[in-house]
Amino acid sequence: MKRRSFMKGLGATGSLAITGGLATPALLSGAGRAYAQGGELNVGLLFSLTGAVAVVERTLHDAALMAIEEINAAGGVAGMQLKTFIEDPASDPATYADRARRLVIRDNCVSVFGSYTSASRQAVLPVVEQRNNLYWYPTLYEGRECSRNVMYGGAVPNQQQQEFVPWLAENFGKRFFLIGNNYVYPREENNVCKMILAGLGGEAVHEEYVPLGHSDFSSVINRIRTEQPDVVFCTLVGDSDVAFARQYHAAGFDPETMPCASLTRSEVEVQAIGGEAAVGHFSSAPYFMGYQSPENEKFVQAYLSRYGADQVTHFVSEAAYFQVYQFKAAVEKLDPANITPTAIRDAAVGLTTMAPQGEVVIDANLHTHLWPKIARWKSDGQAEILVQSEARVAPDPYWAYEGETCTGEGLVRG
Amino acid sequence: MDAILNQAFAGLSMASILLIVALGLAIIYGSMGVINLAHGEFVMLGAYAAWAMQSFLGFSILVSLPFIFVAIAVVGWVVERGVVHRLYRRPLDTILATWGIGIVLQQLVRMFIGPESLFVATPTILEGNTVIGAVVMSNYRLFVIAFAVAVLAATWGLMTRTEFGTRLRAVIQNREISECYGIRAEKVYATTFAYGAGLAGVAGALLTPLVSTTPSMGTYLVVDAFLVVIIGGVGSLIGTAVAAGAVGEATALFSMLMNDTLGRIAVLLAIILLIRFRPNGLFPQTIRR
Repeated sequence: MKRRSFMKGLGATGSLAITGGLATPALLSGAGRAYAQGGELNVGLLFSLTGAVAVVERTLHDAALMAIEEINAAGGVAGMQLKTFIEDPASDPATYADRARRLVIRDNCVSVFGSYTSASRQAVLPVVEQRNNLYWYPTLYEGRECSRNVMYGGAVPNQQQQEFVPWLAENFGKRFFLIGNNYVYPREENNVCKMILAGLGGEAVHEEYVPLGHSDFSSVINRIRTEQPDVVFCTLVGDSDVAFARQYHAAGFDPETMPCASLTRSEVEVQAIGGEAAVGHFSSAPYFMGYQSPENEKFVQAYLSRYGADQVTHFVSEAAYFQVYQFKAAVEKLDPANITPTAIRDAAVGLTTMAPQGEVVIDANLHTHLWPKIARWKSDGQAEILVQSEARVAPDPYWAYEGETCTGEGLVRG
Repeated sequence: MDAILNQAFAGLSMASILLIVALGLAIIYGSMGVINLAHGEFVMLGAYAAWAMQSFLGFSILVSLPFIFVAIAVVGWVVERGVVHRLYRRPLDTILATWGIGIVLQQLVRMFIGPESLFVATPTILEGNTVIGAVVMSNYRLFVIAFAVAVLAATWGLMTRTEFGTRLRAVIQNREISECYGIRAEKVYATTFAYGAGLAGVAGALLTPLVSTTPSMGTYLVVDAFLVVIIGGVGSLIGTAVAAGAVGEATALFSMLMNDTLGRIAVLLAIILLIRFRPNGLFPQTIRR
């Protein structure tokens, strides 16, 4: 009996080794497989090209791909060409995890660039943490995360709000009406907003969350009419934001006295809202397409000539673009024989890169020091930058949580 | 009091949107028994047609409405002739087929026009608001309400006052006997399907100034439209109208008392209760089968 089960076990291992050897030889060598091989370095792109979030992720995909091809055309990274593996997770979180696994294990990618929503990032997180790979996430998000395997290129709440909210309070008043979609991002942003407001002696007169994709705001608008707040603080995303902005304008509200201040409205949404309804409202972000700098001019020109003159660049696609350059700079600091995801991560900390928004730096906590800007939308769909922070703002993903800090050693409590 | 009146108008406006989306569905579902899951995509195609006419021909929505009606009706006719009419005796397969058609249409738009949200202008003559006392009413929303009522009246007239309507009602009651009298049921079905699709297209065009025009916009709308048709009672135009009004006003009322999210939950709960006690809807059809 014992002998028989032993034989069975042997047979199973044997056939496993054979099929494994035939299909994916790399599985056998496991972690020992070198990342830099034959003058090539594999990287993955994980942006949805179909499904609900394809609207935004397609632009991120385009921006990241453009950066990769620019780098390859200029001679590659430390003499190696970047070989791109493209996967389409079709806007579904479970598929993100599956495709991330494919990129990391089968395609031997040394880094994966991807995703827009927090839900998709959180789906990929266990994969990259388990495999100790590196995930470059370009989107602004709600903070309160401190993974050692994710490079966060977008703003966290303190970076978008610590100048924006006091500025709004000073110029328009301290009575805020908070409206957002009903999920984690708007709620965390509004927590931060309420804390800053409380410090200024202001108040949130009403806080409302509508389901994702909600498109009829007549009740909300009636409530705004009754409350008459000084500022409508808006964390609606995508279609909801477009519908809200158009109905807000149709309701006859004047942005001079009661503006919408948004953390999520970019050139993409404004294009769909239409200049007439968007004009006069505010957004806070590290990047706007109309920002004047030689780097941005180059970025915008390259993007438009490649993807069409009717396209726009925005604060997430900019990060998707500069993160590839951050990756390049980090790899170039390493010995080619010793390129691993964790080595890239450690080399990236403290790295200074010239981005379209200005010179950005990667913090020890893997978030990015950025240049927040306050802008007012114009009728041509571009933003006029009114206030630009004087120094880079440091990322503090646990700003609203006393006693918790995200550091180079991960999350520290107390 | 002002708040209540304003909210009542908001409810009426939501009701008009529901009605105009649901009417086409009610006709197809009610008269042919076809559960058309591609209805939302017909709505979306109407919105895209409005966008295309605005950007390529410079037409305002109001001018393009008749063209859009015809264009989407043609799409509906092709879908009926190509797929649906082969499946009349297999209702479950119809659901699957129309769902598939919906996905195909959505992806085609995404591939050829792009996934981004598009901008369609509000007609200039309908901008601004009408203020009566403290009630502020958007002119465009007033127009949509009037239009929805007009479409309801026209459809009712078509069903009861025209020869086509008589034929349609005959086919609904008994297809075989009607065919014995020389009515070509196939033709009647194709025309009805095309008419329902055309209405969906018009609804989509009318929605463009209020919502965001994207390939997936129909998905959200069609769920509410189905609710309205089911509450109203399958095949009843008046039922559809009453149900749209009730759902719209109930949503507005609950949203005012609580908030939009809880309001929506409350409305769905109320619908479940209603269906529990009136499984055939508010105005069940009484025909012999």
